[in-house]
Amino acid sequence: MKVPDHLHFTPSHEWVDPSNPDAVSMGISDHAQEELTDVVYLELPEVGRMVKKGEPIAVIESVKAANDIFAPVGGEIVEVNEALAEAPEPVNQDPYGDGWMVKIKLADPSEIDGLMNAESYREHLA
Amino acid sequence: MKRSPLHERHLALDARMVEFAGWRMPIQYAGIAAEHRAVREKAGVFDISHMGEFEVRGAGACDWLNSMLTNDCSVLEKGEGQYTILLNEKGGVIDDLIAYRVDEERFFLVVNAAKIQEDREWLRAHGAADAELLDRSDEFGALAVQGPESARLWNEIAPGHPLPPRNGIRVGEDGSILCRTGYTGEDGFELFAPSDAIGEWFDRLLAAGAAPCGLGARDTLRLEKCYPLNGSDLNPERTPLEAGLGFCVKLDKTGGFVGDEALRAQKAAGPASRLRAIVLTGKAPPLRQGYEVLDEEGETVLGTLASGTLSPSLGKGIGMAYLPASSTPPGTPLSVSIRGKIYPAEVVKKPFL
Repeated sequence: MKVPDHLHFTPSHEWVDPSNPDAVSMGISDHAQEELTDVVYLELPEVGRMVKKGEPIAVIESVKAANDIFAPVGGEIVEVNEALAEAPEPVNQDPYGDGWMVKIKLADPSEIDGLMNAESYREHLA
Repeated sequence: MKRSPLHERHLALDARMVEFAGWRMPIQYAGIAAEHRAVREKAGVFDISHMGEFEVRGAGACDWLNSMLTNDCSVLEKGEGQYTILLNEKGGVIDDLIAYRVDEERFFLVVNAAKIQEDREWLRAHGAADAELLDRSDEFGALAVQGPESARLWNEIAPGHPLPPRNGIRVGEDGSILCRTGYTGEDGFELFAPSDAIGEWFDRLLAAGAAPCGLGARDTLRLEKCYPLNGSDLNPERTPLEAGLGFCVKLDKTGGFVGDEALRAQKAAGPASRLRAIVLTGKAPPLRQGYEVLDEEGETVLGTLASGTLSPSLGKGIGMAYLPASSTPPGTPLSVSIRGKIYPAEVVKKPFL
């Protein structure tokens, strides 16, 4: 189970890359994609939407079930990975790379501090 | 929670386990899409040890079963089987099953796991003096081998023991039972063997190249062929005529059967609802049980989906729903509401594939 050191995580298994506060990218963790099994459909939010931390922003579907994905941080949706709407396979194959879902312009940079670092997330999974 | 005799093998294969009908069963191993493809193109093996097995024997076995089931089992020769339905007095479905004639006065029934107790109690409550019903469900483990290469695999692991013909049954000297049926629309067979012997058959089939397949692929495979799932597409409030299963309802057979009067009346009037096959016409999410089906404009709710999935073979959302019969023939444009959004859909002729 991959948990890259430079990312932050939520208890609901979203990851966040905080390196650019104007476009914080996020997706779901390797653990989450494995639990979900083969993703067949992804419903992404509109660019420009303002979201609060913890708000449902996307729906991810496997053959068996639909699950919500929650905003790990609050702010404005500045970009979505449109390619996933056509072909969601990268969510399973490359969850921390091509499987990124949304970029959010941080409203409150201190929200990053409320997330788990990689080490805490590894303990969370253990 | 009941465990299959193959439980340890599922865990060793890293299967994802779920509860189904009171059993702990594998929903998938490598993934639903890959397992689905294996069955359509080669061969897969499913653990169906949860299914129920009844034996009916006695001089009155045939007549009694005929009075309880919709199909006509008197036409079965020794070694033949048929799909048939157990109804309540209102003509509603208690269970759908396969009945095989093993011998002149001996039948083998394969029933749904969730209905074993209800079927047994209903049948015994309507019992006949010259027919005995044995519930042998606890004795058997069972496998379904499905896919175009199923027969080749069987001949490889059991040379000299050919499969019975389509819909047929063969009882082996060791007490194992082979049936040439399935729930995927592909060629294949079901093997019922004593619980302590089924594991070895599973191992041999895997070694011969069958892909282990779970309940997830079983559902996508059966839905593409519009095979109904009891509890979803069939229930005590719906009749086999509404479900489109009239082919196994023999209203003219001698002696009649429980529920036949209700069906005769419904047939004369024409069923008001029909279980329709629905496909989403554009790029859209998978269909799921419970989604509302509406008219083309998305204004009037016509029904809710009894079953739904994303067809791995077609890459489209497919489902079945009971809809007003007269206004929804194949070709009718409809819509489906998914999380508050309306997606275009169409009634199509069964099956999807």
